[in-house]
This record gives sequence, C-alpha cells and structure tokens, in this order.
Amino acid sequence: MSIMNELRRGAFIDMIKTGKRLTDRDFYEYRDIEVKKGVLATADGSALARIGDTQVLASVKFTVGEPYPDRPDEGVFITNAELVAFANPSYEPGPPNEDAIELARVVDRGIRSSEIIDLKSFYLEEGKVLMMFIDLWILDDQGNLSDTSALAAMGALLNTKLPKYEDGELVREGDLENLKLSNIVTEHTFGKVADKTFIDPMLDEEIAAEGKITFGVMDDKIVTVQKSGWQSFTKDEVFSLMDIAFKKHSELKSILTK
Amino acid sequence: MEKPDKLIVNGKRLDGRGVDDLRPISIHAHVLSNADGSALIRWGNNLVLAGVRGPRECFPRHMADPFKAIIRAKYEMTPFSSKEEHGRSGPNRRSIEISKLIRHVFENVVLLEKYPKSQIDIFIEILQSDGGTRCAAITAASVALADAGIPMKDMVQAVAVGKVNDEIVLDLNYIEDSASDGADVPIAVAGRNKDILLFQMDGILDKSQFEEVFSKVFKAADKIKELQTKALEEVYFATEKGEVKKRLPLY
Repeated sequence: MSIMNELRRGAFIDMIKTGKRLTDRDFYEYRDIEVKKGVLATADGSALARIGDTQVLASVKFTVGEPYPDRPDEGVFITNAELVAFANPSYEPGPPNEDAIELARVVDRGIRSSEIIDLKSFYLEEGKVLMMFIDLWILDDQGNLSDTSALAAMGALLNTKLPKYEDGELVREGDLENLKLSNIVTEHTFGKVADKTFIDPMLDEEIAAEGKITFGVMDDKIVTVQKSGWQSFTKDEVFSLMDIAFKKHSELKSILTK
Repeated sequence: MEKPDKLIVNGKRLDGRGVDDLRPISIHAHVLSNADGSALIRWGNNLVLAGVRGPRECFPRHMADPFKAIIRAKYEMTPFSSKEEHGRSGPNRRSIEISKLIRHVFENVVLLEKYPKSQIDIFIEILQSDGGTRCAAITAASVALADAGIPMKDMVQAVAVGKVNDEIVLDLNYIEDSASDGADVPIAVAGRNKDILLFQMDGILDKSQFEEVFSKVFKAADKIKELQTKALEEVYFATEKGEVKKRLPLY
C-alpha cells in the first residue's frame, strides 16, 4: 500500500471511530444516484449509472451463438467489466485483472440467480440461440463499483430491445419487443472498519475498509452475496445489514423504474 | 449491408449534408473526476471519450527519458461500439497502429521537455463508431490534454476527407467510407500554422486532388478549433477571484 493510502486510511479510521464519514452523510446513506437509459445508439440496450462521482456505462448487445451442450434450449449471457485506464489512478491498461473479474461475476450472479430473464426465450432454432453480452465500462471509479455497475446493467436491461431473427440473422429495424424482465435486482455494498459498518463506500473509504460485503436483492429475497477483504463479519452484523439492504433496494428500484 | 448506388444526389449526401459539410460536433471537457483531463466528443454518430493522466513519474523506469516526458497513447474500440456484431475487447492490429500514430501527433505539440523522466498517458475509448473515429479521438484528446493543464504548442484538429462518386467530400461517415470505391484521407493539423501531424491515405487520388483535400481539411479544422475552444471555455472561466473550474456531468 502506498504511503498516501496509508495516511488516508489512518485519517479515515480516526473519523469513523468518532461516528463521522469522509463526506457529510449518514453511515447508511447513499451518495446521489442517477441512471440514464438509452445512451448508446449502437447497443441493443444501454445505461449510464452514477453514484456520487462513480460512473459506469453498461451496454447490452445480442449476437447469434451456440447453446451450452447441457442446456440446448437456453440462450447464453456473458457479463464483462472493463476498468478503463483513466477511471482510477491505480489502473493500468491490459487484460482484466482480478478486481474486474470479481466485479463482473458479482453483477452477473445477481442477474443470473434471480432468474429475471427467461433464457428459454432466447432459443432460436436447433443449435442456435441468442447470446447476450453485458459490457460494463467503468469510466470513473470513486468507489462502490459493484452497486453502480449492477445499477447500470439493470438500467441497460430495462432499456433493451430484442432483435428479430430472420433467415439466420438478427434484424434491428422496425417494431422491436422489449426484453422481458420478471423483476428488478439491485446490489448493496457495505464497508467495515473496526466494528463499524457503512453503505456505499467511496474510494478513500474503500482503501481504508478492511472488509466489504455485497448483497444482491430482489424484493424480499437475497439473490447473491459476496464478502471480500480479510475482515470478518458477525452473524448479527450480516442480518442487520441484510435488513438495510432490503430497505435500500426499494429506494434504488424506484430510481431505476422512474 | 445494402450498398447504395449513389451516395451523392443533387449535391446532397445520404444524411442530407453537402460535400463540404461536417457532421454535427459537440465537445465537453472535464467530464471525469479521476482523470487529470478528459473530453467527450459527439461527432455525428461517433461518441468518443478521451482521458489523460499525467505528467507523472514514468513507469517502468527504464522507459523514462532523462530529457523529456514520454507519451503513451491507447485507442480502443469498445465491443459495443459498432452497429454490427458484438466485437472483441483488447488491442488488435488496427488499434495498435492508430494508437502509435496518435502518440506521434501529440509528441509534436506537447512541450515534453518541461517534464523530464515523466510520462503522459492518453486513453481513448470509442463508445460508438460511425466512421472517422481516429479523427474524433485526436480532436478530443487535444481537449483532454488542455483540460489536464499540459502545455502544448497548439491544439490539434483532425478530420477525414474522401472521394465519393468521384467528388472530394469532407468527413466521411461509415456508409460513405465502406460503400465508396474512392479514397479515404484522415489528416490532423496543428491549429495555427496547419502543420500536418497525421496523414494517412488509402484509395487513388491524383496530385491536383490533394490540393482540394488540404484546402477542405484546413477550412474544417478552423471550425473544429472553435468548438474545442468553446468546450474549454465552458469549463474554465475567469472570475474576480481567479480561475474557476466547473465539472460537467457525462452526457
């Protein structure tokens, strides 16, 4: 860890112990949230999500592909995250690192395990299915990429038009149907320092955080969890954070459907 | 894609432009919080985001030049940027070549000797592409460098000229570029003296047609330069207390 990060970490830990965060907000309060849908003309669905100064662009795009051999009647979707080199001073250009892969997988799991997309509806013909790419382009990382990315992905899915399949090709002209979604999933991340937990860590809080936990929520169900960092969580903490995640879910859901 | 028979009918192109018209261009500077400088350019249906980092200590150190800064440029097409299929991410032969030429453009105008042993990174993401992305990228990168406060001899403008149905036409879009059997000539120039900083060409032109190419590029560059200046003036303006910075949200 760089010396600057070590100093920032020290300052932040001192603050949080006295019950204060880096900016003037409550321990369980998000920064300002905004979702703009339909920002890309070349994608089948897109959205730009912003939590504070963190900005993530999501694209949904279909191609024709082959199904997995064990699920011949189901379509496929792949989630990919790119930490663009200008988005954070510590990023370097190159293939996805472990953070990018973890991020993509956590967002993917929320959408996949909630089963909000009927992958059987992606079946085209024998050996041919729709393949859906969800690309998450991290443009500005000021912390809490998972919640912002999940929000961008969900916004893009809500904005997605299904191309038509004609003579073995995808057609994107004329009246297109919206992608059917049976529900909405949001993700909520908490940081932990000493025995204090807080939602929506911004970048300096993330650097200081010893542990993080993310909950994917659909109505009153948890659909994915990811705990990372060396710090442990008690069972009581997990349960109380879940309750907060459920409350925050309806907040974010209303922003998404606005 | 269907190949249209005629790309120019009665002096009008398929998108309604005349042969000397640029597509609508809008530029916003300082759209990101973590990059030292940034710019978003919307050029017709192209959407390009440029971010600059630096000058900072050169890493790896053996790359450092004891007398001046080095520039690294990376031009990248996102896999969702084309109207066609979902592409692959990561560099390919085309993007590696374009990145190299973009680096050379800015090695000319940036006052590198002011920052020995440093590096300046220019990262360019093509979010949406419709022909002429390298020119949009260079135009945006120039604004992003200015936004980062990096001293330059001049701002850089770029635009492509091509031959369509035997006419010299400004600023080809994707259909014109791919459907025409003519030439495609992307050019970048320094704003004030019109020194040529990027010059590529494919197709067939005779020498006299190059006269026309350059005169169209120089005229268009002046218009683009005005837009660059406007983008910077939107973000940086003087007050009684001195210079004030205001950040614009993306989109």
